[in-house]
Amino acid sequence: MTEAERLALASLMYQLADDDFLYAYRGSEWLGLAPHIEEDVASSSIAQDSMGHAAMYYQLLEDIGEGKADALAHVRLAHERKNSVLVERVNGPGYYMENPEYDWAYAVVRNYCYTLAKKVRIDSLKKSSYAPLAALAVKVNMELYYHLLHWQTWFTQLYQSTETARQKMDAALERVLADFGDLFDYGEATEIIDEMRLIEGQGILIDRWYQALTPVLVDLNVTLPEMKMTYNGRNGEHSPDLNDALSTLGEVYLLDQSAVW
Amino acid sequence: MTTGLEQEIRQALDTVKDPEIDAVSILDLGMFETMEWTETSDGYAVRVTLLPTFLGCPALEIIQKNTEAALLQVPQVQTVDVVFLFDPPWTSDRITDRGMTGLKSFGIAPPRVIDGHWEIDCPYCGSTFVSIENLFGPTACRSILYCKSCKNPFEAMKPVSTLM
Repeated sequence: MTEAERLALASLMYQLADDDFLYAYRGSEWLGLAPHIEEDVASSSIAQDSMGHAAMYYQLLEDIGEGKADALAHVRLAHERKNSVLVERVNGPGYYMENPEYDWAYAVVRNYCYTLAKKVRIDSLKKSSYAPLAALAVKVNMELYYHLLHWQTWFTQLYQSTETARQKMDAALERVLADFGDLFDYGEATEIIDEMRLIEGQGILIDRWYQALTPVLVDLNVTLPEMKMTYNGRNGEHSPDLNDALSTLGEVYLLDQSAVW
Repeated sequence: MTTGLEQEIRQALDTVKDPEIDAVSILDLGMFETMEWTETSDGYAVRVTLLPTFLGCPALEIIQKNTEAALLQVPQVQTVDVVFLFDPPWTSDRITDRGMTGLKSFGIAPPRVIDGHWEIDCPYCGSTFVSIENLFGPTACRSILYCKSCKNPFEAMKPVSTLM
């Protein structure tokens, strides 16, 4: 592997790692606040699985010489992060410890759309030319099955619920799609990622995502808003929400980086 | 000599229980993958590979430490290296018959997939008249169910396979 190829591989794995890291964090912020006790168990279990997936990607990055996995998760600054803007967005106004006016419709739509995208990417990664990534995808896919089932159930049930629920879901879908443009983007490393056959191209994956989503939306009589891009997270461009998330996430780790856990 | 060592390592691995389900060992759960050793000046350096059930499982580090401690109890074992692999992936069909029995005795329905369907019997009364209350449970690998026959809540281990 040339150095340029190693960097492209690292770039893709940072995208995967940072996505799940932030997604898991935003999910964990719902702990104790989810609509009912069973959902508290389910969504925090999904967050825990997803943090496990992030940890494995950071481990693969460690294996190709990017530094220690824990440091990769906690020390990198916002402009070094490659996650999609979608997963860094706050759950709603307020703060976990103080007046959290979180939006469950937004959580459901974001989680469903993200998990479906993750499924499309994981299926493609199973055929990755980089064997450790392909093997990890096989393992992640088994856990993802349950996540997708869960969020699809919420998505369809809330859409089939009251008129208020439907309005909230529509508003959430609008916001989620407004941030979705960088999700299948590979940023500056696109060309080499493509040449190396690490994962299939953006266009192919977007088509598959639409194909998977369309029958669900048709059944619910929902029109998908236009997919837009606010920032390209793949190139380190982020909203201010990311900084706040990183400082909370890294608070304990950064107190003493040499501590043994 | 070496076959004796293999036997002793297996026995040591069998003493390592799931930290949350002490009725089953890591051998019962099918988490053990390979062992190898090299001779050192005063004994053996042993390397064991294990497969994680779920990637985010917080019990993994405890299992790793307990495995190291158990192997160091084996006479002549001088150093131990315990590593987790995700290739091959752990699947629930790796659980042995003894593991299935152990789970059931603990009140957890073992994962059974028949013709692509998840079959769940109540671990207490054996009834199939059960409902899934929550696909997710107190740990990543378990779901919460309710038996409509004996009216007991119980847990089931989720089936995971490469066919999903």
